[in-house]
Amino acid sequence: MNKKLVTLALSALMASGPALADLVIPDLSYRTGPYAAGGIPFSDGYNDYFTLLNERDGGIGGVPVRVVECETGYNTEKGVECYESTKGEGALVYQPLSTGITYQLIPKVTADGIPLHTMGYGRTSAANGKVFSNVFNYPANYWNGASGAINYLLDENGGDLSGKKIALVYHNSAYGKEPIRTLEMLAEKHGYELTLLPVDHPGQEQKSQWLQIRREKPDYVVMWGWGVMNQVAVQEAANIRFPMENFIGVWWSGAEFDVEPAGDKATGYKALTFTGLGDDYPVYDDLKKYVADAGKSAGAGDQMGAVQYNRGLYAAMLASEAIKTAQEMHSVADITPAMMRDGMEALEMTNAKMEGLGMSGFGPEFSVSCENHGGPGLVGVVQWDASTGTWNQIQEFKATDAEVIGQLIAEDSAAYAAENNISPRCE
Amino acid sequence: MPEQLVFAMEVILNGLMAGVLYALVALGFVLIYKASGIFNYAQGVMALFAAMTLVGIMNGQVPFAHLINATFGTHIHYFGWNVPALFAIILTMGVMVLLAWCVQRFVMRHLVGQEPIILFMATIGLAYFLEGVADLMWGSEIKKLDVGLPQGINLWLDETTFNIFDYGFFIDNLDIVATIIAALLVAALVAFSQYTKQGRAMRAVADDHQAALSVGISLNFIWVMVWSVAGFVALVAGIMWGTKSGVQFSLSLIALKALPVLMLGGFTSIPGAIVGGLIIGVGEKLFEFAIGPLVGGATENWFAYVLALIFLVFRPQGLFGEKIIERV
Repeated sequence: MNKKLVTLALSALMASGPALADLVIPDLSYRTGPYAAGGIPFSDGYNDYFTLLNERDGGIGGVPVRVVECETGYNTEKGVECYESTKGEGALVYQPLSTGITYQLIPKVTADGIPLHTMGYGRTSAANGKVFSNVFNYPANYWNGASGAINYLLDENGGDLSGKKIALVYHNSAYGKEPIRTLEMLAEKHGYELTLLPVDHPGQEQKSQWLQIRREKPDYVVMWGWGVMNQVAVQEAANIRFPMENFIGVWWSGAEFDVEPAGDKATGYKALTFTGLGDDYPVYDDLKKYVADAGKSAGAGDQMGAVQYNRGLYAAMLASEAIKTAQEMHSVADITPAMMRDGMEALEMTNAKMEGLGMSGFGPEFSVSCENHGGPGLVGVVQWDASTGTWNQIQEFKATDAEVIGQLIAEDSAAYAAENNISPRCE
Repeated sequence: MPEQLVFAMEVILNGLMAGVLYALVALGFVLIYKASGIFNYAQGVMALFAAMTLVGIMNGQVPFAHLINATFGTHIHYFGWNVPALFAIILTMGVMVLLAWCVQRFVMRHLVGQEPIILFMATIGLAYFLEGVADLMWGSEIKKLDVGLPQGINLWLDETTFNIFDYGFFIDNLDIVATIIAALLVAALVAFSQYTKQGRAMRAVADDHQAALSVGISLNFIWVMVWSVAGFVALVAGIMWGTKSGVQFSLSLIALKALPVLMLGGFTSIPGAIVGGLIIGVGEKLFEFAIGPLVGGATENWFAYVLALIFLVFRPQGLFGEKIIERV
C-alpha cells in the first residue's frame, strides 16, 4: 500500500513538476487595462527575442527558452499572484515592469532565491548588491534618470542652474515619487528651485497642475509619468504653450504613443533613454526573418522598432546574456535560478558583445558586480519630431552624478538592511 | 485686484469647464437610472467602446482583425479607406443602438423583477465583457482622435482678460466646445422627455413599470431607447475625453469622476448632473489651488468624494434627487 502511495505521489510530482531541459522565463505582462499601451510593446519585444533565439539558435546553449506569460494588468496583487503561480515552474528571472509589483516581490524573490531584474524602474537602492542579493536594476535606475535630466539641463545652461525653476510633474505613486529625493539633493547642490506637482492615477485630469505651471512659469518641467498621464501632460503643455524643448520626461514617458495624440504640437518634447532607437540594427533582420515573417510574433508584429518594444527586446537580451554567463560559470546548460543570479552578478556587456548580437550601440557598456547591481547609470536624451514621427538621440549615454546617487543608495539600502536584519555581503 | 484673486477666478472658470466634462459622463448614468432604476456600472466602458468604435470606423480598421488573422492566417488590419468624422459618428451611433438592443435582449430582459443589486451586478459583468470586446475588436493601442474639434488656449479670452487684469486667463477651446455641446445635449434631453411621445412614455416607465405596461407602453422598447440615448451620451463623452488624451483603455476610468457628481446632484435629475458636475469641478479645483500646496497636492480625486459625502449627509437624495418616503 505504502509503495503504491509513493509511486502515485512520484507520478503526480513528475506530472506537475517543471518540464525538464527548459529555460523558463516568466513574463509578467499587462496587455489589458489602462497601462496596456506600454505593457504590450514591452512584452512583445521581450517574447520575440526569446522566440528568435529558439528559432535561430535552438535556444541558449542548446536549451530552448520557454516564456510563461502571466497577465498582471499592472495590478500589484495580480502581479504577486502571477509570481506565486509561475515560480514553481523553475522560473529563472522575473521582469514585472512595475515598481509596485517590484516592491512586493523583493522579499519574496530573496527568500525563494530567484533573481529579479527591474531595468530602469523598481526600488532604486536595489543597486546595492551588498543588501539586495537577488535584485538587479542595471543598466540605469530612477536616480540616474533624475541626475541625467539635471546634467542635461546643466549642459544646456553652461553648467549653472542657480536661480532656475524646475517643476517635477509626477505620477502620485511609489514609481512617481522615486526621483524626488535625488532632485531635492541636486537642487541643494546646483541651486535650482524645485516645485513638486503630483498627479493622481490615472492622470486623465491635470488642469490644476498645468495652470500652476502657467502661473509660476518654471524654466523646465521634468515628468515622471506612465500611461494616460503622459499623453494628457504633453497635450496640456501644448495647450498652455509651454516650450516643448524645456519639457523632459523620464524614459517611461518617452514612447511614440505618449506624444502622437498631441500631433505636431508635441515636436521638441524630450525624454531620457538607456536603450537604442528604431530598427536600424542587424538583429532586426533576424527578427523579421525568424519571427515576424514566420508568423511567430508575440503580438500583432507591428511594434518592431518602437521605443517600448526595444526596451523589452533589450531586457530579454540582457537576460539571455546572463543565462550564457551562468552556463559558462557553472558548465551546465540547464541552469537553476541560483546559477542565473550568479550569471547576472557576473554579467559584462561590451560593445564587441553587442555587435556580435547585432545590437551595436543599443545600450551602454557596463559590468555588474557583487556590490553594484545597478550598472554605470548612463543616460541619453532623445527628442520627438512629429513631422517624421521619430525620436532622435540628441545626447549620447552620459554619466550621472555618482556622488549624490551613491550617497542616497547607501542611506536607503542601509535603512532597508536594518529593517530586515540583512547582513551586508560581498566582503 | 490682488494677484491671488485673479488666479482664483481663472481656477473657477477652469473648474466650471472641467465640471461640464464630468457632467457629460454623469448624464449617461442618470438617464438609465431614471428610466429603469439601474445603476449602470458600464457607463464609463460604454464611453470607451463608443470612442474606440468611432476611431476604428474613421481609420477604416477591420474589427476583430487580430482574431481573424490568428484564425485564418491572414494579415488584414485596414480596409484601406478613411470615413469622414460626421459619417463615422452616425455609424458609431448605429453600433451603440445595436449594443443597446443586445443589452436589453440578452441581459436586462432576463432580469426583470430582480433586486436592484442583481441588476447592478449584471452591469459590472457587462462592463468587463464590453471592455474585452472593445480590446478584441479594435486593439489596445492608443489611438489619436481628431473629429475637427478646436484645442488649445482661447486667444480671445486670453487677450481680453489680460487687458482687464494684466493676466491672461487660460481656457481650453475644447472645454468651451464641450460646454456648448453639453448645454445643447441637456436642452435636447429635457425637450425629448417633456414634449415627445417617447419621452413621456419613458417618464411613465420611470414612475411605475406596472402602470406603464397597463396603458400599453412597451417596456422593452423604452429600455432599448434609454440605453441608446445613454450610448449617445457616452459617445459624446468619449469624443471629448478621447480628443484630450487619445482613445485608450483608461477612458473607462472617467466613470470615477462621475460618481461624486451623481452623489451630489442626485441619480434621477438631468439638471442635477449638470449642477453637480459644476460644483464638483469648481470645488476640487479651488481646493487644489488653495489647500493643495499646503498638503502636498493631488487632492482632487479624494476631495471630490469628500465634498459629495458632505452633501450626502445633509441631503441623501442629492441636490435634485427625488425624496423617497417609504411607509411601513
